[in-house]
This record gives sequence, structure tokens and C-alpha cells, in this order.
Amino acid sequence: MIDPIPAVPHLEEGAGPGTAEELPDPEPAGDPVMSLQGVTVAFAGRKAVRDVSFDVHVGEITALIGPSGSGKTTLLRALNRMHDTVRTASVTGTVLLDGTDIYAPTTDPTLLRSRVGMVFQRPNPFPTMSIYENAVAGLRFNGVRKKALLDEAAESALVAAVLWDSVRDRLNAHASTLSGGEQQRLCIARALAVEPEVLLMDEPTSALDPIATKRIEELVGELKHRVTIIIVTHNMQQAMRVSDRCAFLLMGEDKAGELIEFGSTAKLFSEPSDPRTLDYVNGRFG
Amino acid sequence: MTTLAFDPSADPNLVRRRKIQNVAAASLGRRKVYSRIAIGICWVSLALAIVPLVAVIAYVVAKGLPAWNIDFFTQSTTPEGIPGGGVWNAIVGTVEIGVIATAVTVPIGLLCGLFLAESDGRIAESVRFTADVMTGMPSITIGIFGYIAIVRNTGGYSALAGAFAIGFIMLPVIMRAGETAIRGVPHQLSEAALALGARRATIARRVVVPAAMPGIITGVLLAVARGLGETAPLLLTIFGNQYLKWNPTKPIEALPLAIYNNSSQPYADLIQIAWGAALLLMVVVLVLSIGSRVLATVLQRERR
Repeated sequence: MIDPIPAVPHLEEGAGPGTAEELPDPEPAGDPVMSLQGVTVAFAGRKAVRDVSFDVHVGEITALIGPSGSGKTTLLRALNRMHDTVRTASVTGTVLLDGTDIYAPTTDPTLLRSRVGMVFQRPNPFPTMSIYENAVAGLRFNGVRKKALLDEAAESALVAAVLWDSVRDRLNAHASTLSGGEQQRLCIARALAVEPEVLLMDEPTSALDPIATKRIEELVGELKHRVTIIIVTHNMQQAMRVSDRCAFLLMGEDKAGELIEFGSTAKLFSEPSDPRTLDYVNGRFG
Repeated sequence: MTTLAFDPSADPNLVRRRKIQNVAAASLGRRKVYSRIAIGICWVSLALAIVPLVAVIAYVVAKGLPAWNIDFFTQSTTPEGIPGGGVWNAIVGTVEIGVIATAVTVPIGLLCGLFLAESDGRIAESVRFTADVMTGMPSITIGIFGYIAIVRNTGGYSALAGAFAIGFIMLPVIMRAGETAIRGVPHQLSEAALALGARRATIARRVVVPAAMPGIITGVLLAVARGLGETAPLLLTIFGNQYLKWNPTKPIEALPLAIYNNSSQPYADLIQIAWGAALLLMVVVLVLSIGSRVLATVLQRERR
């Protein structure tokens, strides 16, 4: 059984980027909502990510940055057990969600995934479903049948994804009638409707134009009061704009991704402790 | 006159360029002829392939259409020499066999197809191989199997035995078509459902199979068309019946059998009936084949 979901404490705006002199890198109070301890992911014995450890705190946006092949997406997908469907994949180390090991034999992966949602690189609304059906799809998958609850959750999620006003009059239209940016917001709404504790976003703007990208970024910033976000991006400006904390990964000698540095976004981008981080954030490679 | 700073005839790249361009220009006429000939051969091959097809259709229409009248569609076959008569008994039999075979094989075939699409294990591999072997199996052997398995064990020829044999023709086609359609559904959709906390069966039922529906419907209709046209399995399982029979446990007539039996009779009116039946069967198969494509296109367009 999974432990009951703890209430999310109300957050104060505080841990924003500071000035260059002080460079705040505060450890937030309280237990982390998610904790990675020596996480290693391998495919058919070949390590893709090695020994990654960091904590994710409630109400914060954590960005995973690094060049292609550094294992960002691989690591992200380990956090809601998406690798379970890949037969050759193995995940070692510990991932704690509210203190419970998500890879423990007693943890049901489908229940876990309803607590740790995911948004993908390309908008992938269900093509056979309407906008409304897409928004409530996750709830229906999880056995919710009550119309009132479905309606309430759909509206709340679509409002949160800043899509409600443009689709409220055509909820029964096919999801494919939306633009790319709207489809991605629908996918975010679909994930939010299940009310996950953590939302994993895998380069959610990589298939979108700059305007749609900007709107998704603004949305991500607003959502952090509702859900803890871990976002993969290879766009450093995006990481700088949206995230509170950053994990910088780099491909090691044996092609396995390694965590080079983890810290507050402000510190990582202005005064990183590792020279490789400095090179990367200054655009010298990657 | 300007003087060039360097001698172009000395630059090996420019020399080569001029040579290549000269060769290209000189060979242009020859290459055009080759191209024409190659395209001509393609057209001839196309004509060779299409002429017999069109000829068969035209001939069957020309020979069969005169047989079509009210009696042809409403009366059972009369013995030779007695005027009138039609293939109502065969139509009923073909529809009965088609409906029973479809009703049984579609659910089984599609569930097998789903299994094949979702699994890459050894069982799936051998099932897939078996299905492919079954697709290529001579249909008379399936008739013999139907005869031994059903006719001998139930004590007689029957529409059910025919449906069993036809089902065996249809099953592998439906399985493989279903598998192909389901495999064609983008992986991103099942991942999206997985990430929302859906279980495997839920993903299949609510996301993957609905998305695969156009392909599935096409495959089923093609399998039905294929099954209805088979003669050999029916020869050994339904026996044929000149009289109208609704009871599926009794020997029954079917269109392919009506063609086969009547065309080999030395009586002009029975041969006429056979031509009419051939035209009818051809029209049914064509409607199913063309209909499946039209339907698939419409369903696909609706999705956009």
C-alpha cells in the first residue's frame, strides 16, 4: 500500500534568484517530496545514467539540464517507472516518493504513475477522444466514474493549463482540432486532472514554436503551487527562466550520464562549483 | 578583352567539369530513348496485368447479367429443364455461413492480433508463424480438416461445418490484419496512457484499439471477402442443397458451390444460373473490398 498523500504546505515566495553577491543556495526546510539516492539506469547491461542523487522539494521546479546523451530523459523516466515496459531496462538505487521506495515490491507502478504524472516531448492527445474525454482520460483510467467529479476535475485542470477559455464551448470537439501549443496544454491538463504530486516534463516545448513555448513556460511557473515539477530541457535559457533548482548531467567516459552538479538555479548559472558546469552554461559546448 | 588571372584549361577540376558536361550532353539522346523504353515496358506490364482482370470482370458481367431477374434472387434452384429458378438458397447459405464465421472469428482473431501486437515472446512468434502458414495453406486441406473434425463427428454436412472451415480461412487473415493495425498505433499514445496510471488492458481497450479501428475494420472486411469466395472448404463441409434451408445444422447451398455445381452441368439454364451466381459473388467481394477502403479513408479523415 502507498502511504496516504500528505498535504502540500502552502508555499511562500522566497527562494527566487538572488543577487550575484549572495547567491542563495538554501536547503528548503522539510522532507523532500522525491529523493534520488544513487539511481543508475541500464539498458541490456549498458549504463545510461550512473549514480545520481538529489532531492526534489515540494512546490519547486527542478530542471534537468545537460547536452544530448547525458541521460536526462532516461533519468526522468525512471521517476515514474516508465522503464518498466522496456524489458532490457534495469533501475538500481533508490527513488523515494514521500519517503516510500517507488521500486519496492509493494509499490504498484500504475498507482505510482497516477501520483507522478508525465508530459512528453511531442503533444500526444488521444486522437480518438474529444477535448473533454482527453482531459478526464486519466481519471477514467483510474476508475473514476462520477460525472460531477469528472466535470469538476476537467474544468479545474483546463483552467490551470490556461486552456479553459478557448475550449469551454467546444469540449466535444476532437483534440486534433487544437493547435500544437494547445494540444500540449491539453496534455498538461490531462496530467494535472489526476492531481499528481509530482509532474515530470520531458522537454515539453521542444516541438513547439517560440510563442507556444513562452506560454508553456509561463504556465509551468504558475503550476508550481499546485504540483512539484521536474522538467528536462536542453535549453539553458528555459532552465534559467523556469526552474528553482538545477541538476546538470554530462556524459561520462563510458557514455553513461553522470550528475555533475546540483544546486539552486541562480548559483548554478552564475557561480557553479564545477568548471564543466561553467563551460556548459556559458555555451562553450553542448 | 579581359585576361584571366589563371588558365582555366590547367585547373584539373574545371577540365573534369567540362568533360563531364560534354559526356552528359552527348549521351542525352541515348538516355532519353532508354528512359522511354523503360517506361514503355512498365506500361506494357501494367496492361498485361490489367487486361485479364478487366476481361474477367467484363465477361462475367456480360454472361451473368442476363441471368439476373426477380426469380434469380427469390427462387431456389430448379432441377434441369424446369424453367425459372434462382440462387436464393445459395444466397441464404452464403450469408448464414458468412455471419456465423465472422461472428466467431472476429473476436478470437482480434484478441489474438492484440496479443501478437503486444507480445514479442516465443509464444507470439510461433502463433504468428502458424498464422502465416495457415494463410498460405491450400484451402482444400482446410476443407478436409472441416470434414474430418466436424462432418464426421456430427454425423453430417451442415452450414456450421462450412462456417467452421471458412472461419479457418478468415482467422489468420484477421489476426495478422489486427496485429498490423494495432502495431501501427503510435507508441506515444500508449505511453501517455501509461503515465496517467492506466493498466495494460485499459490502455489496449480505451486507447490503442480505438486508434487502430480503421485498420481493423478494413482487415475484417477483406477477410470476409476472402472467406466468402472460397469453394474448396465448402465442397467437403456443406455438400450443397438445391432447396432452401435455414437450419444451420443441415446441408446448405452457397454461392461458390452453386457456381461449381451448376457450371459443370450439361444444361444451358443451369449454366446460366452459374454465371449469374458468379457475377453476384464477384459483386459482393468487390463491394466488400472497395467498401473497406472507402470506410478506412472516411474513418481516417474523421480523425483529423
